[in-house]
Amino acid sequence: MVERYVMSIDQGTNSTRCILFDHHGRLVSVAQREHRQHFPRPGWVEHDVVEIWRNLLRVVPEALAAGEVGPDEVAAIGIANQRETTVLWERRTGAPLGRAIVWQDTRTASLVEELRIRPGDGFFLERCGLPPSTYFSALRIRWLFDHVKGLEERARDGEVLFGTMESWLIWNLTGGADGGLHITDATNASRTMLMNIRSLAWDDELLAFFGVPRCMLPEIRSPAESYGEAGAALPGVRITAALGDQQAALFGQTCFSPGEAKCTYGTGSFLLLNTGTDLVRSHHGLLTTIAYKIGDEPTVYALEGSIAVTGSLVQWFRDRLGLISSAPEIETLARTVEDNGGCYIVPAFSGLFAPRWRSDARGVVVGLTSYITKGHLARAVLEATGWQTREVVDAMNADSSVPLRELKVDGGMTSDNLLMQFVADVLDVPVVRPMVAETVSLGAAYAAGLAAGYWPDLEVLRHNWHRAAQWLPDMDPARRVSEYENWQRAVERSLGWIRPPGVL
Amino acid sequence: MAGPVQSIERAAAILRLLAGGPRRLGLGEVAASLGLAKGTAHGILRTLQHVDFVEQDAATGKYQLGAALLHLGTSYLDVNELRSRSINWADALAARSGESVRLGTPLEGRVLVVHHVFRPDDTLQSLEVGSLLPLHASSLGKVLLAFGSAPLDEALEPAPEAYTRHTLVTRAQLTQALADVRETGWAAEVQEMSMGEAGVAMPIRGHGGLVVGAIGLSGAVERICDGQGRPRPALVTLLRDAARAISRDLGAARW
Repeated sequence: MVERYVMSIDQGTNSTRCILFDHHGRLVSVAQREHRQHFPRPGWVEHDVVEIWRNLLRVVPEALAAGEVGPDEVAAIGIANQRETTVLWERRTGAPLGRAIVWQDTRTASLVEELRIRPGDGFFLERCGLPPSTYFSALRIRWLFDHVKGLEERARDGEVLFGTMESWLIWNLTGGADGGLHITDATNASRTMLMNIRSLAWDDELLAFFGVPRCMLPEIRSPAESYGEAGAALPGVRITAALGDQQAALFGQTCFSPGEAKCTYGTGSFLLLNTGTDLVRSHHGLLTTIAYKIGDEPTVYALEGSIAVTGSLVQWFRDRLGLISSAPEIETLARTVEDNGGCYIVPAFSGLFAPRWRSDARGVVVGLTSYITKGHLARAVLEATGWQTREVVDAMNADSSVPLRELKVDGGMTSDNLLMQFVADVLDVPVVRPMVAETVSLGAAYAAGLAAGYWPDLEVLRHNWHRAAQWLPDMDPARRVSEYENWQRAVERSLGWIRPPGVL
Repeated sequence: MAGPVQSIERAAAILRLLAGGPRRLGLGEVAASLGLAKGTAHGILRTLQHVDFVEQDAATGKYQLGAALLHLGTSYLDVNELRSRSINWADALAARSGESVRLGTPLEGRVLVVHHVFRPDDTLQSLEVGSLLPLHASSLGKVLLAFGSAPLDEALEPAPEAYTRHTLVTRAQLTQALADVRETGWAAEVQEMSMGEAGVAMPIRGHGGLVVGAIGLSGAVERICDGQGRPRPALVTLLRDAARAISRDLGAARW
């Protein structure tokens, strides 16, 4: 029998990667190309989508060659992508209308402030499960309509197509201007603020509110079903999955049951909790999102808490303060002291995100005394990630009927043992790291392989998951309580630092 | 205690002199600046050149600091950095071999476990990062001893403990075993720390080929070893792939 593989394409914020996985979910080969980050103005972040498409056409044959795998040995293709990044292109020619506006871009900040006052968060939460934030695509479409002359009219005339990254790539893979499929999946669509979270269809009231014409939107499909053949890159091979990267990571971590959660620790961190087929509306500052949906099976929902600054605080410590020369050295420096010495850092560099959502907060370092060394600061940097995780988990436990019993982790910061132990200590649940660190790519491969019949069911995927490391809680409960109180007092001191305009 | 060694003092003075400015210096200038006879200065410069601390310009014959000296301060590799750079390869090694993986670096006459990946069978295992292993009775330790990362005297003083009847405890036994490790490029430990257990390890090299740590597999002796009590060739191949991949990532050119 010919060995067959599943191909995963992860179109991420910094690079486009192609990974082949075998039947055991083991990584066979990787190819990766970075793309340029464009910062035309402070707070603006853009990507050249033609560059990204060309990178995709390069990494696919590179990954096949590295694994010595022929195109006929690929059973299916799955795509995971950076979410919310907004691409507009011309229906007739396939030419992009400017660069993509990336999820980190904050040009819609003033629009967000307006919408939160009128019509207010409730209007949006009721329909799409999301409060207004600079992350989401609908605000960017509105911004483009308001700032690019004639664009809105052309969109109404059906000349312009919208998509997030997976839409753009699938459209090009399946033929582009020559009959390409204009589709998205429910996980990506759930991040636009345009999809109704219950019906998984574009919401007429939201479309009307943002003035987005339906004819520019892709068709919403299941994250795991056969879409079409990837003619341009791999003739004859079907694309059978597309998921947003964080949902892909949840799937790759095999969090298939209600109450299972994962946190991806990177520049920022994203904690997703599977809430099963129940749509849980958060009363504690979390987002309701689609976790996954396999073919015609019921939709599985998730609660999401995103933390803006985690790994980027370590980068700041390295690049701006110059106290360490590489990110992993933060652990070495932190271990030069026994504890934080009473020092806390709240990294509200651009306000506080989940669960507090306070844009008027700015970062603070509190508890400074002449006793504090750079080792204590290093501890405070790592502990900030632990406490921010705790706040999101507390919000999830308050919103969900199933309390968190274990946290599955992935991402670059999981190599930091001190941090992972601290996370286990403050959450008071075991923290486990899986053997395949590439959970985003693995999740897209799993969804694609399921839809293509390469894997029969979720149970088989569960058996592929293996524990690579586990950290058990080992903190005195009284200390956990008092340290958490200290952290919360530190957070209070970060609030209200930015005053509204006009206030002296 | 003996007094300062004059030639080392003079070599240090020459290095300081060369480091003092951007200009290359000729032999006469070096000798005159430090009040040394030309013959003495020449001998020291040639020795420094031999260890790559000094380079001589082919056209002018003048001297400058060597590239090796520039890397001297950076050849130390932070253990957390080592873990971070190894983690994907160590995971892949555990997944493919079906055994647990550890990385070790020397620490005060022992092996510090800096990274540990569980055996992928989901049995109850506890993380051993931060624990210490004996140099003489672990495969990781033997690699560190064989490639000069840890001095043999540290393993022999105090007298090494005999954990089992297979533990190597004499200088002669260890010297022979370490020669074998250098010959094959890997170290095995078969029931030398505890009966029924075995391990095999290889060096991780950084810049210039310097051994910065060791990576090893360990598990039940019947899984690690073949009928002759030798590590299974398939496991050694997987281990070699991982050790080389990490070494390449760390900048060891020829690996």
